[in-house]
Amino acid sequence: MVAIVDYGVGNLFSLECSLNAIGAEVVVTADPHVLKQADQVLLPGVGAFEDAAKKLRATGLDAVLKDLAASGKPLLGICLGMQMLFEKSYEYGEHEGLGLIPGKVVPMEGAIPADYKIPHIGWNALRFKKACPLFKNIKDGDCVYFVHSYFATDCEANVTATAEYGRSLTAAVANKNVFGCQFHPEKSGSVGLAILKAFTELKEEDLC
Amino acid sequence: MITKRIIPCLDVKNGRVVKGMNFEGLQDVSSPVTLAKFYSECGADELVFYDITASSDGRKLFTDILVETAKTVFIPLTVGGGINTVADFDRVLKCGADKVSVNSGAIRNPDLIYEAAKLYGNQCVVLSADIKRVDGVFRVFAKGGRENTGMEAIEWIRRCVGNGAGEVVVNSIDTDGVKGGFDLEMLDAVCSAVSVPVIASGGAGKIDDFITLFHALPKVDAGLAASIFHFGEVAIKDLKAEMAKANIPTRL
Repeated sequence: MVAIVDYGVGNLFSLECSLNAIGAEVVVTADPHVLKQADQVLLPGVGAFEDAAKKLRATGLDAVLKDLAASGKPLLGICLGMQMLFEKSYEYGEHEGLGLIPGKVVPMEGAIPADYKIPHIGWNALRFKKACPLFKNIKDGDCVYFVHSYFATDCEANVTATAEYGRSLTAAVANKNVFGCQFHPEKSGSVGLAILKAFTELKEEDLC
Repeated sequence: MITKRIIPCLDVKNGRVVKGMNFEGLQDVSSPVTLAKFYSECGADELVFYDITASSDGRKLFTDILVETAKTVFIPLTVGGGINTVADFDRVLKCGADKVSVNSGAIRNPDLIYEAAKLYGNQCVVLSADIKRVDGVFRVFAKGGRENTGMEAIEWIRRCVGNGAGEVVVNSIDTDGVKGGFDLEMLDAVCSAVSVPVIASGGAGKIDDFITLFHALPKVDAGLAASIFHFGEVAIKDLKAEMAKANIPTRL
């Protein structure tokens, strides 16, 4: 069973549908006990970093997620959910993340050439940087769907894929059992479904 | 490199796709769900569902099919038509839409874009503008292109982007239905005025029209069309293969 963390941020309908479509057993929950029982945990997120981080803390789910990560549970953050895995974000101020992956999240504005539009929105090709179990059914150069205005940096050691957008942007990261993708696998057609499928096949014992 | 998007637009009335279509192998060509799946498998990068229903019963049918589509099609879905309030945004987003396009609703209520962007983020709000030249000036038209609002189009678009519209669909009434190519002059004017993604609509008749569009105006992000895809005049697979051959960044 794969659990989607429900902490009141964004719309989980598409993500749930995509997991149903690949035949995964899905539960959407904020219950720490259910999360502990899940085989894998997905941390979604859209909107602003500060608001999402506050909601995670208010529900106590930040501590639960840190425990799960430490226990070896496969954890995948998507979009803002990936950004929350890092130590800090500089989206409107300075905010603390979960600190599960070394690095920080910074604005694209000023970091990419001025003639590139922000948000980075649309289909872009993945450039593999490192082997990752989530990529077992896709290939270098496959396109996935991005929508974001901030990106993760100072995290080179954990970057598994990048995308070119006036510069190289962090597209996917991994740190043992903790994974993140900046793009939306649930909106990335068959490539995205293949990534989710690979995630739902991960077992704790394979990763540590 | 970000790829140029190809977007088929489906007009939906009372839960069915209008405009006759004829695809070999498709049992029910007026089912939005069937067609959405078909287009997604052909390589469409995004889908637009345009609700042309007027009744509340029809609205319910529309959201029902939206839910069904979201369950089976995993590419971005944009919904337009009948979006007048933030409650309308909420209604379609809950049913699986990723973006919502506003047209007349934004003209009637200038605060709509600002309010929706604040709630759902700029990336969620698409401005759709129907534009026509009147005495050499680009004017915004309302009510499906029937009513001249008198507003100058570029200024209108700039204002909507300032209020939070994250993308702009430019529908040229002058080239729409003519199948002689996109309105390059109008699109160039819009691209020069705003820094958000611009989607070209109106005028595509053949594959070359898309190639010309992306070569002439590298700032245009996407091409949208309806009937040429529905009637099979242009197959999305062929179109994308030709785009790639012409060195246009394309998702194959």
